[in-house]
Amino acid sequence: MDQIIVQILNGLDKGSAYALIALGLTLIFGTLGVVNFAHGALFMLGSFCAVILSRILSASHEVADPTRLDFLGNPAMNKVFYVQDMFGEAAGAAIMDWAVPLAILFSIPVMIGVGFIMERGLIKHFYKRPHADQILVTFGLAIVLQEVIKYFFGANPIQTPAPDAFKGSLDFGVFLGYEANAIMYPYWRLVYFFFSAVIIAAVFAFLQFTTFGMVVRAGMADRETVGLLGIDIDKRFTFMFGLAAAVAGVAGVMYAPIVAPNYHMGMDFLVLSFVVVVVGGMGSLPGAVAAGFLLGILESFASMPVIVDILPGINQIIIYLVAIVILLTRPRGLMGRKGVMED
Amino acid sequence: MLGLTKQDSKLMLIVIGLVILAPFILNPFPEGSAMAQFNAGYPDLMQRFVIFGIFAIGFNLLFGLTGYLSFGHAAFLGVGSYAAIWSLKLITLNVLPGIVFAIIVAGAFSFVVGYVSLRRSGIYFSILTLAFAQMSYALAYSVLTPITGGETGLQIKNTDSPLLGGPTDGSIGRANLFGAEMGNSFELNIGNWLFTFNLGYYIAAAFMLAAFYLSIRIFRSPFGIMLRAVKSNQQRMNYTGLTPKRYTLSAFVISGMFAGLAGGLMVAMDTQVGPERMFWTASGEVVIMTILGGAGTLFGPVLGAGFIKYMENIVSKINKDILHEWFAFMPDGLEDFMVALVYPFIGKGWHLTLGIMFMLVVIFLPGGLVEGGQRIAAKFRRTKNADTPDGASKPAE
Repeated sequence: MDQIIVQILNGLDKGSAYALIALGLTLIFGTLGVVNFAHGALFMLGSFCAVILSRILSASHEVADPTRLDFLGNPAMNKVFYVQDMFGEAAGAAIMDWAVPLAILFSIPVMIGVGFIMERGLIKHFYKRPHADQILVTFGLAIVLQEVIKYFFGANPIQTPAPDAFKGSLDFGVFLGYEANAIMYPYWRLVYFFFSAVIIAAVFAFLQFTTFGMVVRAGMADRETVGLLGIDIDKRFTFMFGLAAAVAGVAGVMYAPIVAPNYHMGMDFLVLSFVVVVVGGMGSLPGAVAAGFLLGILESFASMPVIVDILPGINQIIIYLVAIVILLTRPRGLMGRKGVMED
Repeated sequence: MLGLTKQDSKLMLIVIGLVILAPFILNPFPEGSAMAQFNAGYPDLMQRFVIFGIFAIGFNLLFGLTGYLSFGHAAFLGVGSYAAIWSLKLITLNVLPGIVFAIIVAGAFSFVVGYVSLRRSGIYFSILTLAFAQMSYALAYSVLTPITGGETGLQIKNTDSPLLGGPTDGSIGRANLFGAEMGNSFELNIGNWLFTFNLGYYIAAAFMLAAFYLSIRIFRSPFGIMLRAVKSNQQRMNYTGLTPKRYTLSAFVISGMFAGLAGGLMVAMDTQVGPERMFWTASGEVVIMTILGGAGTLFGPVLGAGFIKYMENIVSKINKDILHEWFAFMPDGLEDFMVALVYPFIGKGWHLTLGIMFMLVVIFLPGGLVEGGQRIAAKFRRTKNADTPDGASKPAE
């Protein structure tokens, strides 16, 4: 039993990442009808926002310390961080420690900007072209973004630690009456799960309870009619693209402490996220979220030793296997709407 | 000629000429000169040109004609490679049975994958093929280790004893064709130039020419017209009483067999396989090759494959020092500026150039580099009366 709980918990954080990326993909697909292969690259850009901010915050200059001398007799140099100059010793250290959460604030405007530029500059011209062209051009864009990041940050993963307060693990089993150390779960992964739950809820609330969201939903259902009613739906859809980019971005920021950012992490996630979207049903937001968590949890169940003993290698292929079965038996995916991309 | 129209025969002859004379054409610079690093006429790279040419020709038969975008074609190449290496290890060191074996196994595998994937189209088809390819990769990497050698892959070892004779003195067997080893080369020295004529290259090239000929025939056949019909209007095909799936499945299997042939040839040349050959980025590469060169054109895929392999092997080796040499004629400040400007795009950054070019082609030139060449040629032709020489070196479709 405790094994099962461990696996569910392990599945949750990966599932949250899948769900967030799939949510963004579906938002773009549902509103603009574009299949965005560069979405993984947006996730990657998000995680590099965390890297950039933590580098900015730990910028330092050197100050001579006359009380200490190095072996040549010159005054030793002390490294002084600019943030500590500005906010004082303790506050500065805390700010540097909390670089990753702070990067969320930094990444949202950056990612919305990137999304705007992408949509207005490139994707706008691809609405009328076949899906294959959209896939190809965004695939090319993903390569370009990836290489630009590689040029500036190198090919190696960059460790970006979580704040000290979230280091270590939560002894989850104790709450459920197991002995100590039976179920350990890192704090940061718990944070990631709750964070993604909040983001998902916020996106849904935004679509469900605001006038703007209502118009967007109406546009998703019938773009032409909304346009005929005198609403500039294109502008709103562009904003939704920015929003989807921001969702992918913050998902990436928060994932940085879990997997050290590297330039090809986006592609790794993208392939799985597309599978998630297809399983959930193209164009269905709840489907994307549900399938994200479902596949995340399934994947971690499949890597349990008991199951791997029976079906070796199942942990590697379970997601693809599920996708194939679902696509062939339920062509619309789990919660797909009728008439969306049914060809 | 051989059932080809006049124009196609001309194209075929040009390609045959290019392929036979490749060791000369690709080695235009004398040994030891500053430009010698741009020589691509060494056997390893020439073999890659033609092998990936075959792979891209096969992919083009599917994507260029039917419009079905497969993101999992590397799986067939990988499966073919594994089949070929086992033939070399177990049956005989002659490469021919291995290549035949590779084609058959890849064809069978692509039939299974195609049968399932072709039940859907559009993005779903892409995802399904991607899923199958990733599954094959993951399985080859983990569970199927006894067959695939897992992470280390498979090589010919000195412990292998092929049924039909192998080395008995404990040395490592080498792939051969009726006794002639793939690595055999004839070197020709003319002045400062060194030309290498490699047996392996010419064998691969012969297969590539056969593949190219087949692809012309398929393009011009009623079957090829059916495949184009699938792309333009499936519904209408249905109404006419034709089953699109039979045609698409045949195209899928044929292109899978081409991929298997490419995989078998790869093994024949370097006698080793690893699972990374099936990773989805490898599938992405053949997509880029085909589209960059020109999807749906005859010569485009070969051009794209050659272009990418040239960049990967030659352009990627240019480093900062070489750039400084190039721009040495400029004043110092300008020199540094130019180097800083150019450096991100070549050398290790060649992927960036590739990505940008790929995007530009998708956006502006749906017919790829071949269409670009044709447009330029047309421009020259229009102003022919003025004293411009014709710049049409690119063969038309």
